[in-house]
Amino acid sequence: MAIKTEPFVLNLGPVHPSTHGVFRMRTTLDGEVVVDMEPVFGYLHRGIEKLAEERTYTGVIPLTDRLDYLASMSNTLAYVLAVEKLAGITVPERAEYLRVIMAELQRIASHLIAVGAFLNDCGAFMTPILYMIREREKILDLFDMVCGQRLTYNYMRVGGVSHDIPDEFLPALDKFVNRMPGFIDEYDQLLKKNEILLVRAKGVGILPKEMAINISAGGPVLRGSGVKWDIRKADPYSVYDRFEFDIPTGTVGDCYDRYRVRIEEMRQSVRIIKQAMEQLPSGAVKSEVPHLIRPPVGEAYAHIEAPKGELGFYLVSDNSIAPYRCAIRAPSLINLTALCDMVKGWKVADAIATFGSIDICMGEVDR
Amino acid sequence: MTVALSGQEIADKLDKQFPGSIVESSQDSLVVNSEFLLRVATFLKDTPELDFSYLTAITAVDYYDYFEVVYRLTSMEHNHRLVVKTRCCERVNPTLPSVVSLWRGADFQEREIYDLMGISFDGHPNLKRLFLWQGFKGHPLRRDYW
Amino acid sequence: MTIVETSLGPGGRLAALPPDWPGGYWWHWLVFVVIILIFVVVMVMAFIYMERRGLGRLQARLGPNRAGPLGILQPVADAIKVLLKEDIIPAKGDKLVHWLAPVVAFVPALMIFAVIPFQDGALLVDLNIGILYIVAISSVATVGVFMAGWASNNKFSLLGAMRDVAQVVSYEIPLVLSIAGVVLVAGSLSMNEIVEAQSVPFILLQPLGFLIFFMAACAEVNRTPFDLLEAESEIVAGFHTEYSGMKFALFYLVEYTEVLALSAIITTLFLSGWRGPLLPPFLWFLIKVVAVFFLIFWVRSTIPRLRIDQVMAFAWKCLLPLALINLFITGLEIVALPEGLPWFLILVNIAIMVVLVVLWSGFFKLGGGRVEV
Repeated sequence: MAIKTEPFVLNLGPVHPSTHGVFRMRTTLDGEVVVDMEPVFGYLHRGIEKLAEERTYTGVIPLTDRLDYLASMSNTLAYVLAVEKLAGITVPERAEYLRVIMAELQRIASHLIAVGAFLNDCGAFMTPILYMIREREKILDLFDMVCGQRLTYNYMRVGGVSHDIPDEFLPALDKFVNRMPGFIDEYDQLLKKNEILLVRAKGVGILPKEMAINISAGGPVLRGSGVKWDIRKADPYSVYDRFEFDIPTGTVGDCYDRYRVRIEEMRQSVRIIKQAMEQLPSGAVKSEVPHLIRPPVGEAYAHIEAPKGELGFYLVSDNSIAPYRCAIRAPSLINLTALCDMVKGWKVADAIATFGSIDICMGEVDR
Repeated sequence: MTVALSGQEIADKLDKQFPGSIVESSQDSLVVNSEFLLRVATFLKDTPELDFSYLTAITAVDYYDYFEVVYRLTSMEHNHRLVVKTRCCERVNPTLPSVVSLWRGADFQEREIYDLMGISFDGHPNLKRLFLWQGFKGHPLRRDYW
Repeated sequence: MTIVETSLGPGGRLAALPPDWPGGYWWHWLVFVVIILIFVVVMVMAFIYMERRGLGRLQARLGPNRAGPLGILQPVADAIKVLLKEDIIPAKGDKLVHWLAPVVAFVPALMIFAVIPFQDGALLVDLNIGILYIVAISSVATVGVFMAGWASNNKFSLLGAMRDVAQVVSYEIPLVLSIAGVVLVAGSLSMNEIVEAQSVPFILLQPLGFLIFFMAACAEVNRTPFDLLEAESEIVAGFHTEYSGMKFALFYLVEYTEVLALSAIITTLFLSGWRGPLLPPFLWFLIKVVAVFFLIFWVRSTIPRLRIDQVMAFAWKCLLPLALINLFITGLEIVALPEGLPWFLILVNIAIMVVLVVLWSGFFKLGGGRVEV
């Protein structure tokens, strides 16, 4: 005799230890198996796009810091690139290099949190993430050195960066860059071949290549599925065309691939920073930009490879001091499109691990 | 470097294929008549030498007279991109065809536009407000919303 | 000479207690129960402190270091805080069951200590079926956990409780079978006699049995990687999501009491209990308990959590066959070599363990676990 069962609805979130913010997954469960899943957004919606319409072009920079607060530098970089494109402002070369250094440091910092949080979601009790945070701390110290902030840096400005780096920055960065590969190896070895992690992450939450492209996934999620697509290579912005680096890709598109891609990307970022330090020219770090930028009527779209995927800013100008429209292509939000397909049929625990491997930041999803 | 395809050239090609589908075109972008949007999008996606399999982003802009919805297409195969726009002059209940059937990446973005701009997308499988709650009055990203 | 000293004194057997004391054995039991209670609470506090500090070191941080010297009063501060918190019962919860659950979970965990030999003969009752008693009593705690999950009227709690029942029922079998190996070698079910039989610690004679017991017991007491029922990243806090205040403290106490009991049982069965040179037996016992506990939280700090179907598969496909083989081999060895087990068996058994573990690990494939819906 079969026992009569029925699926039940379980709200994972909005307040839940592993939703990385206030995200809600309305899951329908049949026992432990996820039958259906619907993501519910909006708990962190602050209307940044609307707020941007009432601020000057420079005044939007602090807002962009608060998008993906784990990668503020990258957000600001994308925004200032868009404004510079719109207003036709050139940037001194030294500033370009500083931007690259900051963006790559930021990528390492963001990936550290992503990998750590993913392992934490898999149940490795706090240890990986605390090791990652130890290294992230050093990056934050470096940022603290250049701009006095540890989370919302407000460092990149239209036409350059806000300050030149202090004298002690380069030696500190050098030390960091030299030690980081060893640390990455250390984290890698902690769990790379751990049997439990393999059974938990390999073959779980597969995002096939075609679907990854079809859902407009970006960043490590796309590359984990085996698509060799990186804006830094495909459409180089800033001075990325002057550096040598590889694009790590996965093969299957499961959680493990995304985890591996992030680890490899950190290594590549270290490589880029090393090259940027060698090539770093001297000179000004900010071009002459009027206090109130009044770009000509028009529109511009600038995109960068942010840690979480392609981050784009679409600015429309009506020749006033505030953007007429500031639309953000948020990679975190779009990467979540296929979450339902990825977790359907898997257990609750897999749903959490898959969600963790996508690596989102609610500040960016809800804006 | 991703090559930005000329809007005019593509527009000429499209005009031959679907007469009357192009409203205007420039070097950067082309504006498609919204009735032809789905057919044009299918053509752009399925033509091998265009192969726009990747929909980078959808955004909407409110120009008071009309809403402009911007489709940013990329081909990973050929590494080129194109900006397709379409307009919607209705202000009370603007409607456009949905492209979710072609690019699932449009799913959340169309919902977002519906939520914040108030443009309905015909054929969207699950058109609900994305960020704001059901029953919220108005659409905040419209320029006349205060 | 007080009764306490009698019962704890060197070589003091229960049978040696003067039955002509007023009340007879009642005094012994009363005093010993109080001692066990104090021992358990103090050890749990020490464990909590150790685990938090130890985890802190393993995780490249300091751990609690504010309350008292080196943060040693942190468990006390935690206890006071948690006892003063408001006790909340969910509005639609089953109040009586919700209230009873922590007690039902706590009592069996405490009862295990009745038969743990802290040193030679120092135990509440020297049951001649001591280990059987432990096996029987330790599963009862699951009822408390399931009561908590049910009464909370919370889906997370219920999921956690269901996981716990499935897990404990499955792991009970390899657990008992691995104990059976020890019992065969020792020739007794009495805890004290098992210790006395260990001229060589049974971890050497029963390496496979130890591994199986350790893993199965970790699953029984829900420690990582089997801590599914309170998997924080998945189901918030599992069965005690809706518990607060004193009842939560009791569940917390249960968790650590069970770990303490587990450490004590492993010490008794496999690490030759209180036996050891030079140091007094009670100290030996403590040292071994702490060492086992260190192993447990070391595992916790490193290894990710398994999924429920993998946990079940591990029990039925891996531990159960291995436990059966272990039991069979042990039986053969005892039949073939009846008078005392010679030293070369240690090497033979370790070799058998390595071969079997390698063989079985090859059976497991990666991936899988998806259900078509």
